[in-house]
Amino acid sequence: MFRSHILVCGGTGCTSGNSMKVYDALVDRVKKAGLENEVHVTKTGCFGLCAYGPIMIVYPEGAFYSQVKVEDVDEIFNEHIVKGRIVTRLLYKETVGEDGNIKALNDTNFYKKQHRVALRNCGVINPEKIEEYIAYDGYEALGKVLTEMTPQDVIDVISKSGLRGRGGAGFPTGRKWQFAKNSVGNKKYVCCNADEGDPGAFMDRSILEGDPHAVIEAMAIAAYAIGSDQGYIYVRAEYPIAVQRLTIAIKQAREYGLLGKNIFGTKFCFDLDIRLGAGAFVCGEETALMTSIEGHRGEPRPRPPFPAVKGLFGKPTILNNVETYANVPQIILKGADWFASMGTEKSRGTKVFALGGKIHNTGLVEIPMGTTMREIIYDIGGGCPNGKKFKAAQTGGPSGGCIPAHLIDTPIDYDNLIAIGSMMGSGGLIVMDEDNCMVDIAKFFLEFTVDESCGKCTACRIGTKRLYEMLCKVTDGTATLEDLDKMEELCYYIKENSLCGLGQTAPNPVLSTLHYFRDEYEAHVRDKRCPAGVCKKLLRYQIVADKCKGCTLCARNCPAGAISGNVKEPHVIDPNKCIKCGVCIEKCRFGAIIKA
Amino acid sequence: MVHLKINNIPVEVKEGTTILEAAKIAGINIPTLCYLKEINEIGACRICVVEVKGARSLVAACVYPVNEGMEVFTNTEKVRKSRKTTLELLLSDHKKECLSCVRSTNCELQKLSNEYGCDENRFKGVRTECEQDTSTSYLVRDNEKCILCRRCVAVCKKVQEVAVIAPARRGFNTHIACAFESDLNDAPCVACGQCVAVCPTGALHEREEIDNVRDAINNPEKVVIVAAAPAVRAAIGEEFGYPIGTNTEGKMFTTMRMLGFDKVFDVNFGADLTILEESNELLDRVTNKGVLPMFTSCSPGWIRYIEYYYPELIPNLSSCKSPMQMTGATIKTYWAKKEGIDPKNIYFVGIMPCTAKKFEKTRADESASGYPDVDAVLTTRELAKMIKTSGIIYNELPDGTFDNPLGEFTGAGVIFGATGGVMEAALRTAAEKITGKPLDSVDFKEVRGIKGIKEAEYDLNGVKVKVAVASGLTNAKKLCEKIKKGECDYTFVEVMCCPGGCVNGGGQPIQSAYVRRNVDLRSKRAKALYDEDKNAKIRKSHENEAVMSLYKEFFGEPGSHKAHEILHTSYVDRKNK
Amino acid sequence: MKSLEELRALREKMKSQTDNRSVAGSEETVIKVGMATCGIAAGARPVLDALLDEADKRHLHNVSISQTGCIGMCRLEPIVEVFKDGQKFTYVHMTADKARKVMNDHVVNGNPCQEYLISEN
Repeated sequence: MFRSHILVCGGTGCTSGNSMKVYDALVDRVKKAGLENEVHVTKTGCFGLCAYGPIMIVYPEGAFYSQVKVEDVDEIFNEHIVKGRIVTRLLYKETVGEDGNIKALNDTNFYKKQHRVALRNCGVINPEKIEEYIAYDGYEALGKVLTEMTPQDVIDVISKSGLRGRGGAGFPTGRKWQFAKNSVGNKKYVCCNADEGDPGAFMDRSILEGDPHAVIEAMAIAAYAIGSDQGYIYVRAEYPIAVQRLTIAIKQAREYGLLGKNIFGTKFCFDLDIRLGAGAFVCGEETALMTSIEGHRGEPRPRPPFPAVKGLFGKPTILNNVETYANVPQIILKGADWFASMGTEKSRGTKVFALGGKIHNTGLVEIPMGTTMREIIYDIGGGCPNGKKFKAAQTGGPSGGCIPAHLIDTPIDYDNLIAIGSMMGSGGLIVMDEDNCMVDIAKFFLEFTVDESCGKCTACRIGTKRLYEMLCKVTDGTATLEDLDKMEELCYYIKENSLCGLGQTAPNPVLSTLHYFRDEYEAHVRDKRCPAGVCKKLLRYQIVADKCKGCTLCARNCPAGAISGNVKEPHVIDPNKCIKCGVCIEKCRFGAIIKA
Repeated sequence: MVHLKINNIPVEVKEGTTILEAAKIAGINIPTLCYLKEINEIGACRICVVEVKGARSLVAACVYPVNEGMEVFTNTEKVRKSRKTTLELLLSDHKKECLSCVRSTNCELQKLSNEYGCDENRFKGVRTECEQDTSTSYLVRDNEKCILCRRCVAVCKKVQEVAVIAPARRGFNTHIACAFESDLNDAPCVACGQCVAVCPTGALHEREEIDNVRDAINNPEKVVIVAAAPAVRAAIGEEFGYPIGTNTEGKMFTTMRMLGFDKVFDVNFGADLTILEESNELLDRVTNKGVLPMFTSCSPGWIRYIEYYYPELIPNLSSCKSPMQMTGATIKTYWAKKEGIDPKNIYFVGIMPCTAKKFEKTRADESASGYPDVDAVLTTRELAKMIKTSGIIYNELPDGTFDNPLGEFTGAGVIFGATGGVMEAALRTAAEKITGKPLDSVDFKEVRGIKGIKEAEYDLNGVKVKVAVASGLTNAKKLCEKIKKGECDYTFVEVMCCPGGCVNGGGQPIQSAYVRRNVDLRSKRAKALYDEDKNAKIRKSHENEAVMSLYKEFFGEPGSHKAHEILHTSYVDRKNK
Repeated sequence: MKSLEELRALREKMKSQTDNRSVAGSEETVIKVGMATCGIAAGARPVLDALLDEADKRHLHNVSISQTGCIGMCRLEPIVEVFKDGQKFTYVHMTADKARKVMNDHVVNGNPCQEYLISEN
């Protein structure tokens, strides 16, 4: 037994903030002090509060240190670990109560409304030690399934729980498994989609980094349910930590006989392999993913036949997303009713969201379905920084839409999001404030899909490109009002005619912004003006003569030599030379330069 | 059986039928671009979209299987508008040289754009910029006209199994390319031109040689000689509106003279000559325990295939030049001497159903006279184009005939153009040579027909001859593998690179995917050749009097030293070069 | 892993490794050892070791043992505070043996060791 546990976040966010150096330093101090049997230092998966990384937590006090630097290690070790005096200076401010006492992490705004099911072990266990996963009830669900349940029982529980696919479309997981079970075949496959590609979404990565065994266990359960003996995890090569931890996890599971032949002494055999994706967004589409696993160019193929009938290598296959799998062992252990008690009627359970953009607490949160956008953005996320006004939120990444401020009280679930022109997607949630131009946002997402289109079908390959070019005309101020109608028409055409989900949803960011922010589009077209001051071609930098003191600072810093004027006299900007870089605004101490 | 309604018309079809096929039964055509039955079923172009009641979006009829009770609508406003937009998007990224394009009036994109009343400038934007690949002697790829239907990719991969082209890059930058974007000339392409034959647009076409031929005709110093391959006569009529499978040999001969060729010989003659050399080589290999089975060597695509993919089987290839090369070699040696013409001044043009022949003529060891055996190769299509630009009213011409002596041919030479034809012609001669008595029937029907691999066994006076015939490289590959593993004991194997043989070669008139779906081009064109054979007075190569006097006057006998020098060639290992 | 029992046995074993990896709940017994300079000088380390050892041996999963700073009564060190059933017990002048007795009598069996408790004297 250890008297103290130090958990250091080893997720990608904190790692890039040097958390592994903090970890190494702590291990070193503990060792030098001879406290290895008393104090245990562990690296864990993501805690979620990435904005404040690197993060570490010290138990049993539950002291939550944020933005820890290597230089802070000595102080934490000497004061807290050796002498038991918490270093209040380094604590995450939210955890320090008004009375100066430590508040439990779960009482802070960020964690209070969260309900961690898929993320339950992230930030709690060492993902590289299967024994720790087992200590937290790991593989108990698989054992239960293999020894007490029939495959149909398993599917019934999953169906009854109401679990729906967390990768985007929200297809009922139980039904998917049932189709695959019903398909006749001497070989079936279980696949895991870990090709998370939405800009701003990283929940799957965090789960794989923080709790890889949960996914492995769930895949084994799924394999038992549908009658498969081989699984593949398709994970993008850009997730090196996730790949490494998965590799370790699979190896350990094999060593313990939790993968392989005759698991738990039953007749059930199952093994898993990792397949690395080269980072094409389209490979997150199920048929493209399978085509890629087969060794071909990652391109979608027409459905039907559906994967449950004819999937990987032409065999019945199920494909679920990482987060979906992460819920499965818990549902088996705690029951369908427990899971179904969370969330809304048609969207049960919880959903992980990756908060990004103009929001205070960027990071990962898991909330019950039905939580409103307002609760996520304000209560959990802490609202927009610098007192800026919230304008819209984008969910579902490049496949989703922008939700305007007046719909902020919409409870989030699959169906509500679709009803307001967006979608759940994998759960990216990007917040925009008054400084964001909605046309520019739509352009950003569309540029992504144009780039990521596989190029197979005409509608997506050329359609999205032409749509993008039309958006460019809008942001350049060269579009006409008719162009807006033409754009809308093209959007619907692309949705109707594309081969796969990528193309079918690609116009959503454009359609939803056209719908909710048409006035912004019209301002670009009619007034040649970008209301948010983003679209460069429509901007003019001007010096307000009354405010200019003639200090020459702007002229000296202008990289284009576009500013002229005599000392102590108002300066002027030559619009033909100005490259709209904004340096002058930053430099001016008198607020004399404006964008208009 | 599945019951459904298409445009409210009840249809009953087999389970697994696609909407496209079901609609055909209901008398409704759904346009396609990327679809090639059983070869390219990828639902990529989106031209064939239809509305299905209850479906979330439009579905691609070419790949969507029918369901019981399904209601399909193929002609709604939405469907028509969608197809039109798809075409307009394709046109927005298309090099619109339609007025002068090699495929103008025979372009599937052009035809549909016209039918749907497209505005070719509705969408404006950047266009893919690609350099033409003109690296080979046989074909040109112009990706700026490519609509990425991938029919070429599919035919290369699935029909010929050489897969030298594939989509590269992605999204708007997608284009068809060889591995690592190398030139086609640096890829192990067999030059069959099947990609050209299935291309719906002008993105792929043969490397044209019409201008060279015209220059030669216009040069008073040149004696310009033309000879067409057997399969050409069975298809060229299609270019002038004749039904598929019409033999217009007579008009072809007349035209050739009108075009200004000095002599009209025939590669059928070369085919008969080939049989004498080849059957002699076969008997020699059988008698002297040479390498067996012996492979035919008429098909230059097949030769390239062996050189690139099975160089270890090069010893199995007959050393005989192809009929075209034999014709050219004979013209520039025997005939030149006989007529007293310096071979330098002879310009021989082969009219071929083939693109690989354009490569073949450039091979080493194909210049018996010291000058290339063949100076130019025109495809059937190029000849038609030449005829059209010369203002010749093909359909109204009287039938003409070939010039002697190198034009005379037998029925055996004619059937070279169809799969199994070389085998049958060889058997006619070999059988009589071995048995020493005339055949009761010259028909060897076992080796006829479009089946991919045909096998037969004959007992010729106690000599057991086991033969196999394959066409299309997928089938050739199967045979090669079996032979490599020693799993078969064939004596003689005929392989034609293109499925169905030369009648379906990459240089033949192009038929749309719609026609290919509904008509078996291979059988129809082959029938034209078998009919000519049936009606021929002489049907055995060794009874061709011109060939026999050629031996008497010049070569001596088949396989003589002189014949070897002039009519035989050698091969190179291209895999391990 | 040949049976579910095997898995469960491993889990029990592993629990002790991860005990203390949470903030103590109300049902848990919290034990704090004064480990400032004064405490360590007076011999707090063997006391802490003994407490951890006992908890391990007895598979006590509902006990949280940690160190704390100086509580201001340096002359009474080593000091051990036990928080149990909503009450606080302060043991003073502890030794390893005394600590083992406290674990046994008080923490496990619920009988505070009156003799070691801080008193008015």
